[in-house]
Amino acid sequence: MALRTAVVAPRVGRPGPLVTTVALLLVAATFVPLGYIVSTIFSTGLHEAAHLVFRPRVGDLLRNTTGLVVVTVPICVVLGVGLAWVVERTNVPGAAWWGPVFAAPLAVPAFVNSYGWVSVFPTMHGLSAGVVISTMSYFPLVYLPAAATLRRLDPAVEESARALGSGPVAVFARIVLPQLRLAILGGGLLIALHLLAEYGAFVMIRFDTFTTAIFEQYQSSFAGPAGSMLAGVLVLCCLVLLAVEAGARGKARYARIGSGAPRAAARVALGPSVVPVLIALAAVVVGSIGVPMWTIVRWLRIGGAKVWDLTEIGTALGQTIGLAALAAVLTTLCAFPVAWIAVRATSAFARIVEGANYITSALPGIVIALAMVTVTIRWAPPLYQTVTMVVAAYVLMFLPRALVSVRAGLAQVPIGLEEVSRSLGKSGPVTFFRVTLRLTAPAAAAAGALVFVAVATELTATLLLAPSGTRTLAMRFWSLSGELDYAAAAPYALIMIVAAIPVTYLLFTQSRKAAGL
Amino acid sequence: MPIRWKSISAALAVAVAALGVAACSNSSDDKNEITVYNAQHESLTKEWVDAFTKETGIKVTLRQGGDTDLGNQLVAEGAASPADVFLTENSPAMALVENAGLFADLDKQTLDQVPAQFRPSTGKWTGIAARSTVFVYNKDKVAADQLPASLLDLAQPQWKGRWGAGVSGADFQAIVAGLLALKGEDATKAWLKGMKDNATAFPNNVATMKAVNSGQPDGGVIYHYYWYRDQANTKESSNNTALHYFKNQDPGAFVSVSGGGVLKSSKKQESAQKFLAFITGKTGQEILRDGDSMEYPVASGIAANPALPPLASLQAPAVDPSKLDAKKVTALMTEAGLL
Repeated sequence: MALRTAVVAPRVGRPGPLVTTVALLLVAATFVPLGYIVSTIFSTGLHEAAHLVFRPRVGDLLRNTTGLVVVTVPICVVLGVGLAWVVERTNVPGAAWWGPVFAAPLAVPAFVNSYGWVSVFPTMHGLSAGVVISTMSYFPLVYLPAAATLRRLDPAVEESARALGSGPVAVFARIVLPQLRLAILGGGLLIALHLLAEYGAFVMIRFDTFTTAIFEQYQSSFAGPAGSMLAGVLVLCCLVLLAVEAGARGKARYARIGSGAPRAAARVALGPSVVPVLIALAAVVVGSIGVPMWTIVRWLRIGGAKVWDLTEIGTALGQTIGLAALAAVLTTLCAFPVAWIAVRATSAFARIVEGANYITSALPGIVIALAMVTVTIRWAPPLYQTVTMVVAAYVLMFLPRALVSVRAGLAQVPIGLEEVSRSLGKSGPVTFFRVTLRLTAPAAAAAGALVFVAVATELTATLLLAPSGTRTLAMRFWSLSGELDYAAAAPYALIMIVAAIPVTYLLFTQSRKAAGL
Repeated sequence: MPIRWKSISAALAVAVAALGVAACSNSSDDKNEITVYNAQHESLTKEWVDAFTKETGIKVTLRQGGDTDLGNQLVAEGAASPADVFLTENSPAMALVENAGLFADLDKQTLDQVPAQFRPSTGKWTGIAARSTVFVYNKDKVAADQLPASLLDLAQPQWKGRWGAGVSGADFQAIVAGLLALKGEDATKAWLKGMKDNATAFPNNVATMKAVNSGQPDGGVIYHYYWYRDQANTKESSNNTALHYFKNQDPGAFVSVSGGGVLKSSKKQESAQKFLAFITGKTGQEILRDGDSMEYPVASGIAANPALPPLASLQAPAVDPSKLDAKKVTALMTEAGLL
């Protein structure tokens, strides 16, 4: 064996021991929350566990949570695809302007959106309120991929169908829609996972889901078994979603065969219906950006200068930037070995690494945080309530987001360049830093930016894990709005939105450049 | 290109350094710095802390949370807890930590400042403030002669769909603990069942009051000072409402004692004891009276804010604050399907 490795020239791309170790550690960490829940079920005793799971309250939560997903996801899909079609395929005035506008709601955290709506309609509550607010927060997750796909579709197929006598509706249903399947499924899955994990937005409108109930349990019994059982059910819900999406995706291929010459499709003339279409587009903008912005501006006006407590805001901003930057750098670094294995190695190990990553992406922050609190307090007290721990939670929670970007970047690096570097006598690490990292820098930057914004607006894990004295923007916003001091909360909401704008724009431009789905 | 590489390595260096600094900064053994697990309102505690630091030079780091989660957290942390002092809004979480044997004896000076009825007989912790249970109602929806005579009436069918409370909060759970201590387990269970049928759950007192103000539901069980605070400010959330005091030693007239205690595991006993002596001392209680918290001072002979009815006039039932059982209440509420 030793002889063979000595003889064979250093192969580029085969994961080395360092890469493998890091990936293995990450995979192991992925299973900590899951393992924690399973072990609590056993230590609680199966009988007691069943008693905690099969009770009316869990039925209520299950009804609320599934109702939310079943109603919201289809609405988001119809809205996202509809908007994408109008913007990309019709002669609606200002098409170039609408594009970024419909990505902009991503800059507004869902709990800030909720705060906006509740300020305007104070009695808003329950399922209908949950559906309205989450639709307005999350529809861009379908809109962006749908718009990107529509831009790239080869119009020749549609023209052939039309030449064969199909009407525009039939063409859309039979030619366009099937090609949007990946965009719809991927976006829909993301939205569903967000719905399961969201906390602040739903507490504000008094809508109970598994995540809000787990937090309630945490508040009344710290890390008691009842909370862990709810977390177990929540994880099951996530796995069901992943399975449904994987099943619906199927194995059909969507890329065109052969080079061809795609051109822009001819835009449909709206004619007189342009007026209702414009009204509908404006309504979406008002609902998703108008309401929260109007609320923030209104509260800022009411609060006047005294809500701008610059020391408090400065501290919160500093801590938020510090945590977010640290997490962004570390998460992006950790994404490299995993992406490397996913792109370059095709083995059972690679499939495990990928699969583990899907599971983390489905775990809500509250579950990860609950597990880490319990694990560190029992087995790693020096790590308890440290920056290290909260950042580790961020890495686990947001690695999947970084991974998507880094993997795409890595896949585009020509292996030949690395081989040339190796054949010129450069070592593996030198080759990595000199060649690979440079070529993937834009993708890594995008990944880091995504994680940065996610951490800057994260609430539940930060509340549970951060060191004493930590007050991030999201924490301050949460505690002030919880006391219904909406005016004092407004500056924090504004700063969070402003911080997210550049990244949202980056996401928008990236989605237009994306080479494949 | 080389410039970008430089900036990447600089960013990495900063990140690694930050991680190192952060990891070290957690284990501070400085006597002039204490950590307080704070479940009291952040704004009130901050006023106390600022005045205390100014007077003694001792810095205070706050970990903000709710009564029950911080109480349970302290129990889970045990001897390894980074906390020096624990402050709550209510008594049950204090009893929880006391029963786990985690509190140190308080300085005699501190105990002497607080009348016996506002602290447990054990001297393991002390009351630092008090708040009264009230029924807030919408003046357009409830006539004065329809008001419930007792908290127990709210479980009756005529109140179905007509009232609410901040169910998941420690404030409300303390009221249930009072009920449990006064009327026993069976009566409490029956009342919680009636509550599940009749009441709307809100995340906290303020949300309850605000909903009652907008006429949905007709009334709610909250603590007095949220109402007085809103009245002193914009009245935006309490305009259409009035307060009903149950009085007559009814469980609904329960006065909840906010607690403070020093952790036995604290390595900074002296500074921690000083902090509680300060809060229950003249300056600390005056901050309570003059600030906008509208809670009742309980120590050093300081009277309440003149806007409030005097504490003695509320005819509160007598409950030993150390007998309030948070764990039992959570279990009963979970069983009733409220949590």
